[in-house]
Amino acid sequence: MTLRDVRDILDAKVLYGEQLLDREVKTGFACDLVSEMLAHATSGTLLITSLANPHVIHTAEVMDAVGVIFVGRKKLNSSMFNAVTNSKIPVLATDYLIFNCCGLLFEHGIEGAKRGRLQ
Amino acid sequence: MTETPARGNDPRLVIEYAINEKDFLVAGESASKTKKALQQLGLKAEVVKNTAIIVYEAAMNVVIHANRGMLRIVIVPGEVLVLTEDVGPGIPDIDLAMQEGYSTATEEIREMGFGAGMGLPNIKQCSDDLKIKSEPGVGTTLEARIYLTQKEGIRREER
Repeated sequence: MTLRDVRDILDAKVLYGEQLLDREVKTGFACDLVSEMLAHATSGTLLITSLANPHVIHTAEVMDAVGVIFVGRKKLNSSMFNAVTNSKIPVLATDYLIFNCCGLLFEHGIEGAKRGRLQ
Repeated sequence: MTETPARGNDPRLVIEYAINEKDFLVAGESASKTKKALQQLGLKAEVVKNTAIIVYEAAMNVVIHANRGMLRIVIVPGEVLVLTEDVGPGIPDIDLAMQEGYSTATEEIREMGFGAGMGLPNIKQCSDDLKIKSEPGVGTTLEARIYLTQKEGIRREER
């Protein structure tokens, strides 16, 4: 599945990275804690979060995430926009809240990222 | 940020950041820039990711807990070293601070998505060697090392 498919499934708006939607999504990971994202960082995963700040973008970059989904109608502010353009991480926003967002993606075959370093 | 590139017979890269109190963005930005610099050096993806995670967590610890500090990333043929030195309250009980879930971060920090008490455990997981020295009321020094093979930057246990 590509990010373009994810956009269609979640009826999402692309906040950044229209040209990067061919990227393949391997797994999903939903989380609102930065350290937890870093602890379970698996490459190629789609990060789903309701935490909308520049730290999430830097974290997605560090963890080699394929993209970020902001749930619940989030927008990019200027510091987030700077982080996004520097990191080239695609960011999508959906009106769905986190449970339904994950449920829809799971239904379409996206499985959860395996647990990372901290067991 | 200052960056000293590889030169002649001293093939190493040193990246330095000054960290000021409440400068929350410096942690993520330094992790992002470190990742790009290490990728350019051709280090293995896992080494790059682990170093970036250490930098992020270590820098964030300084921002959150100390008055000010310095972050330094040193790449030599055999290893990557991430060093932070700060002036601040120090860590009274390092063993306690190493426990997953233990945190003294404020509500403001937690609202940003930090302060879950996983920073030091994350750093330990990503390093081959971790040393923390702290003096209450003075400050803390953290040294995290990732060992490399001479050519490819492969971690020792993978050889």
